[in-house]
Amino acid sequence: MMTLLWLIPALPLAGFLMLAIGGTKLPRLVAGIIGVGSVGLAAFLSLAIGVVFITAPPVGDVFVQHLWTWIDIGHFQPSVAFRLDSLSLVFVFVVTFVGFLIHLYSLEFMKEDEGFSRFFAWMNLFVCSMLILVLADNLLLLYLGWEGVGLCSFLLIGFWYKDSSNGAAAQKAFIITRIGDAALAIGLFLLFWEVQTLNIDEILENAPAILSRNDNVILAIGLLLLVGAVGKSAQLPLQTWLPDAMAGPSPVSALIHAATMVTAGVYLLSRMHVVFELSPLVMQTIAVIGAATLLVAGLSALAQRDIKRVLAYSTISQVGYMFLALGVGAWSAAVFHFMIHAFFKALLFLGAGAVIASLHHEHDMFKMGGLRKQLPVTFLTFLIASASLAALPIITAGFYSKDQILWFSWSSELGSPWLWFTGLLGAFITAVYTFRMVFLTFFGEARQQVTHTPGWKIKVPLVILGFLSLCGGFIELPHTLGNLHLFSGFTERTLPGVQVSEAAASSEWILQLVAALAAVGGVGVAYWAFFRKPDNALQVQESTWAGFLLRGWNFDRLYATVFVNPVVWLSGINKNDFINRIYDGIGRLASMVHKMLSRTQNGKIRWYAMGIVIGAVLTLTIVILL
Amino acid sequence: MQTPAEYSMFLALILFVIGLIGLLVRRNVLFMLISVEIMLNAAGLAFVSAGAKWMQPDGQVAFIFILAVAAAEVSVALALVLQLFKTYKTLDTDSTNSLKD
Repeated sequence: MMTLLWLIPALPLAGFLMLAIGGTKLPRLVAGIIGVGSVGLAAFLSLAIGVVFITAPPVGDVFVQHLWTWIDIGHFQPSVAFRLDSLSLVFVFVVTFVGFLIHLYSLEFMKEDEGFSRFFAWMNLFVCSMLILVLADNLLLLYLGWEGVGLCSFLLIGFWYKDSSNGAAAQKAFIITRIGDAALAIGLFLLFWEVQTLNIDEILENAPAILSRNDNVILAIGLLLLVGAVGKSAQLPLQTWLPDAMAGPSPVSALIHAATMVTAGVYLLSRMHVVFELSPLVMQTIAVIGAATLLVAGLSALAQRDIKRVLAYSTISQVGYMFLALGVGAWSAAVFHFMIHAFFKALLFLGAGAVIASLHHEHDMFKMGGLRKQLPVTFLTFLIASASLAALPIITAGFYSKDQILWFSWSSELGSPWLWFTGLLGAFITAVYTFRMVFLTFFGEARQQVTHTPGWKIKVPLVILGFLSLCGGFIELPHTLGNLHLFSGFTERTLPGVQVSEAAASSEWILQLVAALAAVGGVGVAYWAFFRKPDNALQVQESTWAGFLLRGWNFDRLYATVFVNPVVWLSGINKNDFINRIYDGIGRLASMVHKMLSRTQNGKIRWYAMGIVIGAVLTLTIVILL
Repeated sequence: MQTPAEYSMFLALILFVIGLIGLLVRRNVLFMLISVEIMLNAAGLAFVSAGAKWMQPDGQVAFIFILAVAAAEVSVALALVLQLFKTYKTLDTDSTNSLKD
């Protein structure tokens, strides 16, 4: 069974190839079956392999499938090999399973789009790249997947390319993540320079030895890998591309910009955890970046009008939680939050997509309202996902994953009360903006009439994801509530556990109570501010502060002034490209000489005869004199 | 008694220069052809006198070649002149200059 591992990425790749070659010639039904079926088969296969992996774990809890040697130059022998351990299994499961549900949803969502088969081709290519990324046995193959998902993100953000602003958003996403990718590439070069291999196992084994030689190198490697992860995961200061990436279709936002690709950074950091554990400074940086991001993005989400931009900022903020967990050494908690987040955030995006589609592509929440009765299934599932995002205590999965992060940010040896407090504040803000969105969209008076209601292909994924958003958390319960550790017990076959400082251990239930109160309080504030007094909400929206938050803390303006405008100014100076002038000059000289010479061709035969005479005289003179 | 080769070579030079000047200054295409003939004959004279000087038949052989070439050239050239006159109604080479850049 395990030997079928290679099929998991190969199936979506085959789907992509068929759709890309068939193009628009394929009938919609066939294209849909290929696109959804390939990912569905991969999901089924990954479930089966997961069951085998859990019931009969391979030796050392790692299964490596070597396919072929990719490059063979001296010491540099990266192979195309897939590596399945508990960490990659979680990612594979989420990518294929959530991916399959989103593909199913897209069947109906995209059914009238002219780029139907193009959409599924790129989505399949994305799933394939993401699977290569999480299954890669060496960092070069991981980098291939890393770039592949970046490409697909670019292609799918600009999917509706006829609107040039979508193209601009796609370019922005591609260029900003490129900063991180460049740093990651340099980090890989440094790693290879130090360890002479890119194989993940060997790197993790040899990393402590590098530290004993030179601790600056490991710091540099850690920071470079971190910059790569920050770019891909849209953390401060490279977060500005994600809100604009909402230009893509909603299923794309759900799959790429919420559930999977933006968490590639989380995967990279937890995959290379040994490197980070060796340098406390990098760990602190990760935690601080995560904490700062979750606050900045959470506050921005408070002021958005566009429902998808709320979710985009919320994604940045939730990935910030994962970074916070990584930074305090709670690797397993980060991966757990990744999985739960994938469930509820994918559901939120799919729900938002259903709402937008049923309202003539209206994105502005202030023009929605009262959809509770008109779209009951969407409303219920959206409410469940929102509750999970807001981490309402006991009943939702989000509570268990977020509570774990908050707890470890306090109690871990790398944690601190400040990190905990930031996380708590973030949890409160999360609850406020989430229910602001719910109240504005689904409650109040109806401002628009729904034109069509979603069919079963949209409802089934919503319901399944809704179930997972509620119950997915019960596999990991804290000490105070049930003390069940199925998930962390599973991931800790690969990742180290958290070092909990003794002093904090007794206060767990107090912290949980505070976190729960923060979430409930946030919902209460949202209820008071946006449900009871909806007119207030509009007034608040007009204020300067709201404008500042709406524009995402003016990061775009800052980058425009500091980076973009100077470059534009410089290129404006050199508009005529002075080096090019040299080559232009050569051309102009040739054409000038040509004009002079062509004047001698005047059609007068005596002139030609004179030319011959002069030439003959000159030749004779030269012959005689020399 | 034999004429010294220098004399006949000098005569050939004079004939050649006369032909050349005629070619360069005359505008009538017939006179230009005649000038070319004079130059050809100057070259023939030079061959013949050089052959006489060294008592070799090669000079006379070359002259017969030149005669043959001249005859062929004149037959083509006269045909061209006729065609030129038919087309342009003139024999002035300066006014028949449409083949220019």
